[in-house]
Amino acid sequence: MGLCERCKKAQATFHLTNIDRSGGKAERHLCDKCAAEEGLLQTPKAGVNLNEILENFIAGSKAGSSELSNLVCEECGISYVEFRNQGLLGCPNDYDVFHEQIARLLERTHDGAKHHVGKTPKSLGTAVRKTHQEIRRLKRQLDEAVVAEDYERAAELRDRIREVEKA
Amino acid sequence: MSTPLDEVVRHAGEWLRGVGPMHEIVISTRIRLARNVRGFPFLSRADADLRREIAETISTATRRAKELQDLVHIDVDQLDDLDRTLLVERHLISRQHAEGTGTRGVVFHPSEASAIMINEEDHLRIQVMRSGLQIDEAWEQINDIDDALEAHLDYAFDAQYGYLTACPTNVGTGIRVSVMLHLPALRLTNELEKVGQAAKDMKLAVRGLHGEGTEALGDFFQISNQITLGRGEEEIIDDFRSVVIPKIVEYETATREALKKNRPQALDDKIWRALGMLKSARLISSHEAMQYLSHIRMGLHVGRLATVDLQTLNELFLQIQPAHLQKLHGERLNGEQRSVERATFIRARLHTN
Repeated sequence: MGLCERCKKAQATFHLTNIDRSGGKAERHLCDKCAAEEGLLQTPKAGVNLNEILENFIAGSKAGSSELSNLVCEECGISYVEFRNQGLLGCPNDYDVFHEQIARLLERTHDGAKHHVGKTPKSLGTAVRKTHQEIRRLKRQLDEAVVAEDYERAAELRDRIREVEKA
Repeated sequence: MSTPLDEVVRHAGEWLRGVGPMHEIVISTRIRLARNVRGFPFLSRADADLRREIAETISTATRRAKELQDLVHIDVDQLDDLDRTLLVERHLISRQHAEGTGTRGVVFHPSEASAIMINEEDHLRIQVMRSGLQIDEAWEQINDIDDALEAHLDYAFDAQYGYLTACPTNVGTGIRVSVMLHLPALRLTNELEKVGQAAKDMKLAVRGLHGEGTEALGDFFQISNQITLGRGEEEIIDDFRSVVIPKIVEYETATREALKKNRPQALDDKIWRALGMLKSARLISSHEAMQYLSHIRMGLHVGRLATVDLQTLNELFLQIQPAHLQKLHGERLNGEQRSVERATFIRARLHTN
C-alpha cells in the first residue's frame, strides 16, 4: 500500500482506474481526505447516516403499508394491516384478496410450499365445485400475469378460462 | 351445584391409561384438524349472532352424523372458570378456548379420546388423543370423524391452499400431530437441548405440557409439526412414526440404561427422594409435585421401584392440578389451601400418613 499521490502523507485508501475512449488506463491512488477534496468521495457526516437510513426505512414502509392498507376484503371488511396486526384472517375470501402477501408468507412459514397436498373433502368430487375452484385459480393466475405484464400468458389463461366455463 | 363435569374428575381419560406402543416414554399421541365452514367469516370477524349461528350449524352436524353418537355437549361460555380450567387440564380444550369470550363449546366422547372444539380460533378444531404412540390409529379415527362431519358440513376448502384456516400458518391439511413425551433421563443428564435441536432441524416444535406458550412441567414435552402446507397427512405422520419419535425414545432409553449402569445410586436417590417427598410433604405446589411424580414414573419403568401402582400415578398427574384438586375437594381453595390439600391428597393416594 503506497502513500497518497496528492498529499504524499497519508495512506492511499482510494483507488480509481479511469479508462479513456482510446482505451488508455489512468490510475489514481489517494487518501480519503484528498479523494473527498477532489469530489471523488462523499465525506461521511458523522451521526447522520443512521438517522437517514432509519428515516428512509420508515418512509419506505409507510409508503408500502399505505398502498397495502388500501387492500380490503369486500366480504368481511378486514384490511391487510388489520390482518398483519392480529395475525388472523377475517374470512376464507381473504386468501384471494391478499393472495400475493399470503403466498409470500406461506412460502416462508411452510418451507417453500405453494400448494396443498393431502386430503380433500369428498363432496368436492362433484364436477361443479371443481370447475368453480379451477376458474378461481385461473383468474388468480390471470391477474398475476396482467400485473407482471406477461400478456402472452394472460391470453393463454383467458382462453383456458373460457374453455373451462363452456365445459 | 352439579355440572356434567363433576364425574369426570374421578378418572383419567382413556389417553392417560399408560398403554400402547412405547408407553413408557410416549405418554400420548394427539392429532388435531382445523376446519372452517364455508359461507361464514372466520371468528375474528363474526359478531355474537354469527358465532351462535356457526356453533348451531356445527352442533347440528355432530348430532346428525350417525357415526358420532352419545357425545357430551358442553357450552364453554356457560361454565365457570373452574370447570373451564378442568377441561384444559384434561386436554379437552385449549387455554385459549377457556379464556376466550362469546358462544363457544366443546363436544367430546365420554372416553375423552376425541373432542371437537367449536369456535376456538377456527370454527372447528377436531382432536383425537391416544395413549402411547398410536399415531396410525389416531389418524384413522380423526379421518373418520372428519368424514362424518363433512357429510353434514360444507368446509371452506381451496384447490390451491387446501383447508382454509383463520391463521395462514395452519392452512393446507390443517393438521397438527403432537406427541407427548416423558424424558426424565435426558433432562437429568442435560441432553434435552440435542433433542430440541434435532426437532428444530426437522421443522418440529417442542413445547410444554399444555402446548403453545407453556413451559415443561415434570419432564413432559410435546413435539409437534409446524408445516401444514405442501405435505400430505400421511407424510407428516410418517415423520413422527418412523423417524422422530423412535429416535428420541431410543435416546431416552439408552440414557436411562446408562444411568442404571453407571450411576445407580444417583438414579435411586432421585427416585426414592421423590417418593419420600410425596409421602412426607405437608404443603406442595403442582410444579414440585409433578417433578416428583415424574421421577417416580421413571423409577417404575426402569425397575427400581415397584411399590407404586401405575394407574394411581397416572391419575395423580391429572388430579393434583388446581381445578381437579378443587373439584375433588368439593369447594374452592386459595393457593395455600390447595398446597395443603394437594399434599394430603397425594399422601392418601400413596397409602401413607
